[in-house]
Amino acid sequence: MAEFLFEIGLEEIPARMIAGAQAELQRRVVTLLERERLVSAGVASKSFATPRRLAVWVADVAERQEDVAEELVGPSIKVAYKDGVPTAAAQAFAQKAGVAVGALKTVTTSKGEYLAAATTKQGRETAEVIVAELPKELAGIYWAKNMYWRAGRPERFVRPVRWMVALLGAKTVPVNFGGYEAGAVTYGHRVLFGDEAIVLKSPGEYEQALEQGFVVADVEVRRQRIRKAMDAVTRTVAEVRWREDEELVETVTQLTEWPSVVMGGFEAEYLTLPEEVLVTVMRDHQKYFAVEDKAGKLAPHFLAVLNTAADEAGLAVIRHGNERVLRARFNDARFFWEFDQRVPLVDRVELLKNVTFQKELGSYAAKTSRVRKLASGLAGLVLERKCELNPVALDEAASLAKTDLTSELVKEFTELQGIVGGLYARAQGYGVATAEAIYDQYKPVSMEDSVPRTVEGAVLAIADKADTIAGMFGLGKEPTGSKDPFALRRAANGIVKILAETAVALPLTLAEIAAAACGQNETLAGKVRGFLAERLEFYLREARGHAYDVVKAVLAVGAEDVRDAVARAEAVTAVRGSDDFAAVSAAFKRMRNILAQAAEKGIAPAARVEAVLLTEATEKALAERSSELAADVLALRGERNHKAALESIATLRPQVDAFFDAVMVMAPDVEVRANRLALLGRVLGDFSGIAEFSEIVTAG
Amino acid sequence: MQATGEKKAARTFPALTFQELLFTLQRFWADQGCVLQQPYDVEVGAGTMSPDTFLRVLGPKPVRIAYAQPSRRPADGRYGENPNRLFRHTQLQVILKPPPVRIQELYLESLTAIGIDLREHDIKFEEDNWEWPVGGAWGVGWQVMLDGLEITQFTYFQQCGGMDLDPICGEITYGLERIAGFLQDVDSIYDIVWAVEPDTGRKVTYGEMRLAEEEQFSAYSFDYADVAKLWEHLNLYESECLSLLDQAKGFEKMDQLELKRFPVLGAYELALKCSHVFNLLDARGAISVTERVGVMARIRTLVVGVARIYAAQGQQLSGTVKE
Repeated sequence: MAEFLFEIGLEEIPARMIAGAQAELQRRVVTLLERERLVSAGVASKSFATPRRLAVWVADVAERQEDVAEELVGPSIKVAYKDGVPTAAAQAFAQKAGVAVGALKTVTTSKGEYLAAATTKQGRETAEVIVAELPKELAGIYWAKNMYWRAGRPERFVRPVRWMVALLGAKTVPVNFGGYEAGAVTYGHRVLFGDEAIVLKSPGEYEQALEQGFVVADVEVRRQRIRKAMDAVTRTVAEVRWREDEELVETVTQLTEWPSVVMGGFEAEYLTLPEEVLVTVMRDHQKYFAVEDKAGKLAPHFLAVLNTAADEAGLAVIRHGNERVLRARFNDARFFWEFDQRVPLVDRVELLKNVTFQKELGSYAAKTSRVRKLASGLAGLVLERKCELNPVALDEAASLAKTDLTSELVKEFTELQGIVGGLYARAQGYGVATAEAIYDQYKPVSMEDSVPRTVEGAVLAIADKADTIAGMFGLGKEPTGSKDPFALRRAANGIVKILAETAVALPLTLAEIAAAACGQNETLAGKVRGFLAERLEFYLREARGHAYDVVKAVLAVGAEDVRDAVARAEAVTAVRGSDDFAAVSAAFKRMRNILAQAAEKGIAPAARVEAVLLTEATEKALAERSSELAADVLALRGERNHKAALESIATLRPQVDAFFDAVMVMAPDVEVRANRLALLGRVLGDFSGIAEFSEIVTAG
Repeated sequence: MQATGEKKAARTFPALTFQELLFTLQRFWADQGCVLQQPYDVEVGAGTMSPDTFLRVLGPKPVRIAYAQPSRRPADGRYGENPNRLFRHTQLQVILKPPPVRIQELYLESLTAIGIDLREHDIKFEEDNWEWPVGGAWGVGWQVMLDGLEITQFTYFQQCGGMDLDPICGEITYGLERIAGFLQDVDSIYDIVWAVEPDTGRKVTYGEMRLAEEEQFSAYSFDYADVAKLWEHLNLYESECLSLLDQAKGFEKMDQLELKRFPVLGAYELALKCSHVFNLLDARGAISVTERVGVMARIRTLVVGVARIYAAQGQQLSGTVKE
């Protein structure tokens, strides 16, 4: 047994691809060794990654494969023997198997009796296996974007390979890939260690040896070092903290081999620029962390994560350089901000004719007029239902919503679209409702993002998204499989999330939104409505975590009112575990089956339940109790108290159980039978408004 | 506390003037075997569009070339008011086909040559891929960040004119103004010292040399350019380029001399002129939505068409250029 180490050195790998490739290399190497019977299942392994290397270490690898006993099957017995004497076919098989004819045996297969030979498959040397197999695994690694890099070679890889290490114990394994042969030599930090070779004597010393070469190979160790260094550096200023940003921590971890942190400052005058602008410049353009005071307000400092270690004088130089860059960036932003004010938003509406939304759907001016109309239609519905909404502010916001696309600030910082428009609207004297609606129009940008803060913002955001979906569907550009180039699923998820999560319930149904967005085209509206309903299902399962059958049951009785569907799903999930509810669900399923079977046989239920035809005590009891409960349930549902309604329905269990124990629904008497069917139909009808219980999967 | 931190520590190496920076980098790459070409004398939006890159990367012939190329982007004009942004800036473009194995190390040595002690600074290669859809060209690579400043675009060119490159090509593009500003530690491009008179010690600044140009060309592209005339220019250049592309269909019938003299390079200049006129129209806000996509497609036809006839011409002349 020996430890195995493989490292591939590359020119800087894109930070976003490192974590995936690291995990994939580890998986591929371990799986390869398992497949080749060189390690036992669950063998210990560890992976490493920096911008310039991916590596994997595996414990307890066999030095060679064990020989394996094999049974070779040859010709059939009929062919192999003639009058009990081995034929030429038998001789040839024995020779091929490497055994004497007398050592051959007979096996019985599904096709008859065959000649067989017990042989041994010789195990190969581990190094030989790795040399043969590992290059295929390397070539198979997935990269989001890769390159040709060697003349005359069709292979592609993420970046040029610069070296490889493959060590099995103390021995090198000469794996060939990308024009390099693996050895025992690795390299340290580009600048801090230079290009001096680091010769590894064994796999176990990898991490330690690289540490000497100013490389922290373990990603988690690097991440923690960065966090600690940021904490330490931030403490040099009183009462501030760096603003947590996990994604950015991940990025800088993948950009460094030997991280350190420097804190810089900027002139307080820049703090008059909106925080969103400052943070975007720092975060997205410079990969700097923002610093805030106790109240969460930005402080005039930033943290830069370096890929080097410098002494005080060196740090001063680096800090100065980073501050210089940031000041220039902030100056740019301020310049754009001021420059943009020369043309007020209202004058930019005209300029939108020059900004393409989508080739076939025209300019943003065209989109703006569609969204205005759509928003106004939706606002009408909202107002009709006695929900508060400021239609003037909404229309103002809809007409100005896209104008920031013509601003220099958004051209420079595209991730700030909408936000900039909102800030400009505020600065140019528009009301809070208008400004906030513009600001929030792209919300939610993901399942994790929050929804617009106001009703106006919510309606604008829905109208904008619905217009895009309807437009693209109208062009036949629906998402298919994993392809969704126009992010229509994200837009539809956004609509569902807004309907489900706004502070005030927004009385709009999916069908209304689809119809409003599609105009007279009913086929299109149907498709869009179906698409939205599909996203509601996704939302209930993925964002809310409801079980598949609960979602199905809830949506079977209505997918229109999103908030109601969410509430119903929550109620069903809450009560589905109770015995009574399970029993009632099962009984409902039974009722549905009985009704379906009757319908198949052409037996119709009576138009209504006649008390006089209820002959048995148990059916009378069911009829009476269910009537009383139906009123309660209706009242509870009116209060949107679905859970209480379901609990109330579950109390029907004794009557339901007793009914099925004592009563034969398909009675010989035609009238009694029709009456009983009517009773079942009524019970189902009265209690299935929250969910289609027959969809609920019950144990047993 | 003074928010801006300390002034830069005293340097042992005197900061280079703008022109010394250029000399030093050119000397460095000349020593690596690069032929120093002069800037191309037709307006281009990026050093990549010079035929010394766009056309020379095609085909199997090894190339090592370097040139300082002024790049004009009318829409980036700021009337000279923005201290960091120019309508015309200068790139030093280095093309190495095929890229040497030590290309990154060579690049880092070039930084040392201009006085940057790498151990004193933070340098990172961050993913930044390049694409010029109009030219059917793209590559993968990095932006090189020095103390948070993007000083270089480093690209492994993969495709050009819609054709795969074999061998591929390493392209290093230095932003000269940025690097000079960094070395001289000035906050405005216009404060960069371009040259120092040795006898008087008088400093000639970037602003002295170029501010008027920035002001006037910004005004031209944003306020004065005659839209109708620009459209006429575009149409004229385009039709002449198309006519050449059309005549190139007769390559098989041409004899060697005729083929060799066929003005593919002239066709490329016409395509570049169209591209520049398009940029002017764009800056002027004169291209409508419906026109925009169409005009870009027209220019793409020219640029990609020229790349193809360039490759075809080379192939017919030598029998080696790979399509």
